[in-house]
Amino acid sequence: MVSMRKKTILVACGTGIATSTVVTEKILEAAKKENLDVNIIQCKVSEIKSYAEDADFIVTTTILKDSFGKKSINALPLITGIGEEQVLKEIIEEIKK
Amino acid sequence: MKLTEFFHKELIVTNLQANNKEEVFEVLFNKLLENGYVKESFLEGIMTREKNFPTGLLLNGNNVAIPHTDPEHVLKPAIAVATLSKPVVFKNMANPQEDVNVNIVFMIALNAAHSQVELLQRLVEMIQNENLLEEILKAKGGDEVVKIIESYQTLEKE
Repeated sequence: MVSMRKKTILVACGTGIATSTVVTEKILEAAKKENLDVNIIQCKVSEIKSYAEDADFIVTTTILKDSFGKKSINALPLITGIGEEQVLKEIIEEIKK
Repeated sequence: MKLTEFFHKELIVTNLQANNKEEVFEVLFNKLLENGYVKESFLEGIMTREKNFPTGLLLNGNNVAIPHTDPEHVLKPAIAVATLSKPVVFKNMANPQEDVNVNIVFMIALNAAHSQVELLQRLVEMIQNENLLEEILKAKGGDEVVKIIESYQTLEKE
């Protein structure tokens, strides 16, 4: 079996403690269901710059002005529940890349 | 964890008449401050955070805002709640250019991120439950709101 490289996801929100915590848990849960192992770095949007280099992609709950050359996915649907499944699918696909 | 550990009747204001979100912030901040949950600096933290990263959430029906700020302004974790007699304009977390008319404000005082994972998860489930929001909006007084959340919590466990 070909094993994928373990991906690192940067999960960010305004304060780095509230919505990003919920998003992190939902990603971990979804990844576990797919038997995927991931690293997650949780931070404030203002700290993305210092972590972006180590990340494969970025997930945020706010609009991101600069994603430092990384793909970014808006995960606010994981908070509002509107369009949640589709976003989780997109994140899982990105982990599998 | 019990949700009701974080919701206290003295931190809940129902049918609040406010002209803007700043007025809501002040009322809820004063409740949190008087009851020893946050420091004086909390209000400014909330205002700054809201300006840079708004917390209005566009939902299916009643919209909610979840103002919060850095843990250094917080003494004890709690959630203060205001139901509004008429909606107040917030900016959308998804798009700071967009207005959201908010009916219920959950002001979250968190003093650490990871110890409160479950609380945050449960709060997110709550705001996604339109029937529950509708009930909270109809409640008269903090006692009733706490009771509604208590019965919701019991239901969830079954």
